[in-house]
Amino acid sequence: MADAMPPRASLGAILAVFAALGMASFGGGLPGWMHREVVRKRRWMTEENFLAGVALGQVLPGANSVNLALYIGQQLRGWPGAALAALGILGPPFLVILGLALLHARFGEVPGMAVVLGGVAAAGLANSLTVGLRAARRMRGLWPWAVAAVTFVAVGVLRLPMIPVVLVVIPASVALAWRARHAA
Amino acid sequence: MPLDRLIALVLVFAPLSLVSLGGGPSIFAEMQRQAVEVHGWLTDESFVALFAISRAAPGPGSLIAALVGWEAAGFAGALVAAVALYLPSSLVLLAAGLWWRRRGDSPVRRVIERGLAPVAVGLIFAGVLTLMRAEGVGLPEWLTLVGCTAWLMRGASPYLVMAAAAAAYAGLFRIGAIGA
Repeated sequence: MADAMPPRASLGAILAVFAALGMASFGGGLPGWMHREVVRKRRWMTEENFLAGVALGQVLPGANSVNLALYIGQQLRGWPGAALAALGILGPPFLVILGLALLHARFGEVPGMAVVLGGVAAAGLANSLTVGLRAARRMRGLWPWAVAAVTFVAVGVLRLPMIPVVLVVIPASVALAWRARHAA
Repeated sequence: MPLDRLIALVLVFAPLSLVSLGGGPSIFAEMQRQAVEVHGWLTDESFVALFAISRAAPGPGSLIAALVGWEAAGFAGALVAAVALYLPSSLVLLAAGLWWRRRGDSPVRRVIERGLAPVAVGLIFAGVLTLMRAEGVGLPEWLTLVGCTAWLMRGASPYLVMAAAAAAYAGLFRIGAIGA
């Protein structure tokens, strides 16, 4: 225990910090912002504890940013902390996105709007594609590529329902990872 | 009946919650299939428009679920869809948060991580393909996708890239190069 007792985060401070982070979470990169606020600026938790949360949030289902907020809130103040962190990270964006949809419903017929939104959507998809490509670059060996390809073809090309597909693919993939555990 | 719709939203989004590895991108394909093809809550074109709105708004991309809920059943639908999408995965995360901490850097933990990663990659690519196949998506969008991806891979801010795409499309539309 090299670190001194970290400052105790109040529930109000957790809500305030995550509400601000939620509004800043345009286009990803949120773990970087959370690290800045929670570890560096406020020293609410250690680097190692934070990094464990990043890994956990990515491996488990759910949006990475929401998962990381839940983890931080839970580590700081248990269930109430987790609930307020999630409310902060999701509440303001929820209201903003409905507001934008209302504006779109009202002004959506503006000529060219659909065309421009189509372009923005393609750029947004590039963001998703980048996340996938970065993760793919970290894959070592043949089997992860085979698993990724099978998943892509089944869900993306053949349009099979995703849930049965992942119920088959995930156990197979974890088994392959287990077999290859000494290689990597 | 609105109640039927709300129940249908829970039945669509709560299971998706538990398989949304890596967040929104991995479930866009199934969300679109359920909302457009299975339930007919909205058209393919409006799903693409909602996707653009969700990317232009703060918050996780999977918040598009709130917009799908809104289209299906108004404000209550938006709330129900968001809670159904985030609550189950949140409970899993919080349960695992306790267990995970005791596990440390164990071999089991690393094996599970390695097994899940390629599944997430395949699901992300599938989500991109599904949305690029929607009606109204043509060569300009594919070029935008490839160009923006190359730019982002070189470390560009996603915000800047999306603003540039919007500006380029607005400009091309003005001079009559795209749209009709």
